[in-house]
Amino acid sequence: MKFTLSWLKDHLDTDATLDEIVDTLTMIGLEVEAVDDKARFAPFTIARVLTAEQHPDADRLKVLRVDAGDGKPVQVVCGAPNARAGLVGAFAAPGTYVPGIDLELSVGRIRGVESHGMMCSERELQMSDEHTGIIDLPEDAPVGQPFAAWAGLDDPVIEIGLTPNRPDCTGVHGIARDLAAAGLGTLKPVDITPAKGSGDCPVRVTIDAPDLCPGFALRMVKGVTNGPSPQWMQQRLIAIGLRPINALVDITNYVTFGWGRPLHVFDARKVAGDLVVRRARDGQTIVGLDGRDYTLTGDMCVIADDNGPESIAGIMGGEASGCDEGTVDVLIESALWNPRNIARTGRDLGIITDARYRFERGVDPEFMVPGLDLATQLVTELCDGTPTEARVVGYHRPAPKTIGFPFAEVRRLTGADVSPAESRDILTRLGFGITGDNERAEVTVPSWRPDVDGKADIVEEVMRIHGVNNVAPVPLAGHDAVNTKILTTEQTRTRAARRSLAARGMMEAVTWSFISAAHAEAFGGGAASLKLANPIAAEMSDMRPSLLPGLLSAAQRNANFGHGDVALFEVAGTYQSDTPQGQRRVAGGIRRGTAKLTGPGRAWDGDAGTVEVFDAKADALAALEACGAPVDKLMVEPGAPGWYHPGRSGVIKLGPKLVLGHFGEFHPRTLEVLDVKGPACGFEVFIDALPEPKRKATRTRPRLDVSPFQAVTRDFAFVVDETVAASTLTRAIAGADKALIAGVKVFDVYAGEAVGAGRKSVALEVEIQPTQKTLTDEDLEALSGRIVASVEKATSGVLRS
Amino acid sequence: MNAMSQTVPDELARLEDDLMGDIAAASDEAAIEAVRIAAIGKKGVVSERMKTLGRMSPEERQVLGPALNGLKARVTEAINARKAELRAAAIEARLATETVDVTLPVRSSPAEAGRIHPISQVVDELTAIFADMGFSIAEGPDIETDYYNFTALNFPADHPAREMHDTFFLAPDENGESKVLRTHTSPVQIRTMEAQEPPIRIVIPGKTYRHDSDATHTPMFHQLEGLVVDRTATVAHLKWVLEEFCKAFFEVPHVDMRFRPSFFPFTEPSLEVDIKCDRSRPGEVRFGEGNDWMEILGCGMVHPNVLRAGGLDPDVYQGFAWGMGMDRLAMLKYGMPDLRAFFDADVRWLKHYGFRPLDMPTLFGGLSG
Repeated sequence: MKFTLSWLKDHLDTDATLDEIVDTLTMIGLEVEAVDDKARFAPFTIARVLTAEQHPDADRLKVLRVDAGDGKPVQVVCGAPNARAGLVGAFAAPGTYVPGIDLELSVGRIRGVESHGMMCSERELQMSDEHTGIIDLPEDAPVGQPFAAWAGLDDPVIEIGLTPNRPDCTGVHGIARDLAAAGLGTLKPVDITPAKGSGDCPVRVTIDAPDLCPGFALRMVKGVTNGPSPQWMQQRLIAIGLRPINALVDITNYVTFGWGRPLHVFDARKVAGDLVVRRARDGQTIVGLDGRDYTLTGDMCVIADDNGPESIAGIMGGEASGCDEGTVDVLIESALWNPRNIARTGRDLGIITDARYRFERGVDPEFMVPGLDLATQLVTELCDGTPTEARVVGYHRPAPKTIGFPFAEVRRLTGADVSPAESRDILTRLGFGITGDNERAEVTVPSWRPDVDGKADIVEEVMRIHGVNNVAPVPLAGHDAVNTKILTTEQTRTRAARRSLAARGMMEAVTWSFISAAHAEAFGGGAASLKLANPIAAEMSDMRPSLLPGLLSAAQRNANFGHGDVALFEVAGTYQSDTPQGQRRVAGGIRRGTAKLTGPGRAWDGDAGTVEVFDAKADALAALEACGAPVDKLMVEPGAPGWYHPGRSGVIKLGPKLVLGHFGEFHPRTLEVLDVKGPACGFEVFIDALPEPKRKATRTRPRLDVSPFQAVTRDFAFVVDETVAASTLTRAIAGADKALIAGVKVFDVYAGEAVGAGRKSVALEVEIQPTQKTLTDEDLEALSGRIVASVEKATSGVLRS
Repeated sequence: MNAMSQTVPDELARLEDDLMGDIAAASDEAAIEAVRIAAIGKKGVVSERMKTLGRMSPEERQVLGPALNGLKARVTEAINARKAELRAAAIEARLATETVDVTLPVRSSPAEAGRIHPISQVVDELTAIFADMGFSIAEGPDIETDYYNFTALNFPADHPAREMHDTFFLAPDENGESKVLRTHTSPVQIRTMEAQEPPIRIVIPGKTYRHDSDATHTPMFHQLEGLVVDRTATVAHLKWVLEEFCKAFFEVPHVDMRFRPSFFPFTEPSLEVDIKCDRSRPGEVRFGEGNDWMEILGCGMVHPNVLRAGGLDPDVYQGFAWGMGMDRLAMLKYGMPDLRAFFDADVRWLKHYGFRPLDMPTLFGGLSG
């Protein structure tokens, strides 16, 4: 919402400076987004060209002597075809900044002739695009006076960012009311002398859609002369960015911005028969005032005559019945429209107009008829003509809203001490009616404030005018106890996973929650319920089923910049369904190239080697361990999802059913779909799947039993079928004697001719920790026997000789 | 007797000279060991001499005993000294061969190479601050129903306020209803009120989505919402919480803040908050100084309709809420120039703007250390 200072002062009697007005507007909730004080136009002076001679060395240039009113004529070189002796125009002296060409003038020499300034075109003063000649003012324009003041270019323009709850401030009058309430002057009453009608309006109005049109007022003014509107009106409209059209149209805009009352004018001679307000017929079309075709639906409201729709109600008039210079009889419409319907129609048709902007926020119903009278008054003033009586159809004056308001509510919600007298005073100045005592009042809401519904709204009115900055901060009282429940288990685990993965040299990425359909499908996603109806780009269409495609793509982007050895992770949501339970909390990571735990690339003491399945396994287990998963109880087995390499990937489970994650190298097809070059490995662990830790009765740890006897190690090598899992061997060994065997380590795996095809040799170191006595050779011999027997039973493997 | 007592000591003296010569000549530990065995080993020359003492007369023994013992002691000492010398020399020699170039690089610690994304770090900083003020952390789903994202938050259908949010919709289900990607973290207000009795003090960090993409907007971004509901919370408390938060977060002793009336459907009264800062240095914002106002958040008293939607009586309970962009907070504090880079996963950016894994924000010694 834009307006000028002089326009505001038509509604507000005030001595306040521009700065005071701007500051106050912002502090009462009408945030000033821009102020143009027009100071840049101040240096231009009205000047007369005394003589105009041909330039000695240029056909198209003239040498002028210009009198800017100070009695010291200056020489100016000018190329304008209309430059002539006697012309009165706008002069810029050297040193002046000319906004239209973004240039500061200096004394120049043009083709050998000195030029001390410039006679300006309209474009150079940002008045219009006109640049064929210099400004040519009436003979009697006061030479020596500031041009801006004379031409109305010095009227500061203020733009406020209006919040959707303030339809009353879509007009200058409402803004003035708020400023007056805030103590910045006195609101001037609207001066409307009701037009004296002669005869009934010859066009009748029927409302067929009363739910969409709760009131319609219409009047004809006969015999008008429509031409350009007066300069003062045009200046104001131009200042706020509107294009003057003709007096009738300009008047509707002037009332729209002055009082927040949109109007429409029909050329009465182009209207066939009577008017009916009704729903459009599906597929019906209308050419709008903007010259574009609009196809309407049965949900939209139109004003139609015998020829069909003449106006998209409350949004835009039709071209066919619009007013132009030839208009003789005009129909002025002032109506009320259903705000939601206006919003939907405007959105569906893609039309943003000043009328829609106001009607969808809700105009003052009580100003429907006064607005018509005001417009009539302006039409007769500016265009002559004879008004008829108004026709007012369908309007029932709404019962005023009243709200029971205990004055203590102000303190209850704001904490500020505002006396009932001050509250009363503020509300009265804003136009609220108040009855009752200093404890509790009945507050009547003015018709222009549809946003005020309850006590809290009234508190806001009091607080914003009282001044939010006059509310002193008060400390929030502490709890009665130490704040110990800050994070949920899942939140704690999320943080732990992040820090532990970062501590493994990985960098945390935040990638988009939506990915392309192809990427989603490659990772088990792509369900219809997880597709966006309005994606911002085709490759951001599906809610991601996995963190991996985003991370792999990111790794490739880095590789394209020459950083191919990257380790990235993310701890965030993936989406299995559109329900809250379907959103998982996942820690996922990838390593590409040689981005190993100990650092990538070549080194003098050994190269890193390329990343592989066990790098991902280590990452996955580290993340799970950081989250408190019981690592010694986890089971790792083949069978990871299809986007992994089938032979070089695994699933991590807790118990037979609970999948906590998977890891591995990627299937070549996956990398192909993602357009990622390997080597790469990755993992995902499901933080949300981890069981809550068991509540313990005590935090005391069990007693530490340290054996006094020396621990010993023994090495074994078993030859087993190549399909036997190492974990089967380690479990078999550990199970051979749970009391004595403290640990089992695989230290070599060998497959080759020496052990025969289809077989492999697995070498293990067994840590034996006696607790009762030092073991004798016989004891150890017996234990070895049990180990071998256990392995043989579990795997059919034999001790390698 | 005299003759003998003349001869033997001479002989011993010669022996001593010979042994001392051998000792001095021993050039390594093996040689000196050989000398030791030959001299004072079980069958060494000195030991053999000592054995003859037993067969001597007491007078002879009286003379030769001390002489032999003296000889043995001096030889032993000389051997030990030479041994130590040779060992030291041997160690020196070995060490000399073991010298390496210590300027060769070592592998860097993964714990130093990794990075935490600035958004996570800022969440942790905010958690530390608000935990100290008695808040806990709440979260909610990214995919929301229209009810939680709009209706329960007092956005009427077709209200222009909905158009302030450029909403992502999911494909409509069989009933024609579309879920949305939450446009703000405010739905968690309702979910929390439904799940928990007042007093409520929560902050809600999370991802939010709007159909918007340009130099300063990304379709996904992060918000931090705050909610306090009890029987006494006021605008005055809200102002205190936000002022304390800004001081703690920007790590300055004082900030000037400006609260302006504004509009949000889910708060009444509603306010926007500007913070005074100095933006005169390119690419840098300093808080606690300067004369520029920068909008940093929106807030207000929880709208009575929102309390009702949460199952609370607005005449009994009251509260305040605020919401702010965490990406922007991070940019303001740490000076990243471009929001879009937050989501690029460019390792050069992460290395520069990210945080070390062990730099966990706490209030022990200043948030960011």
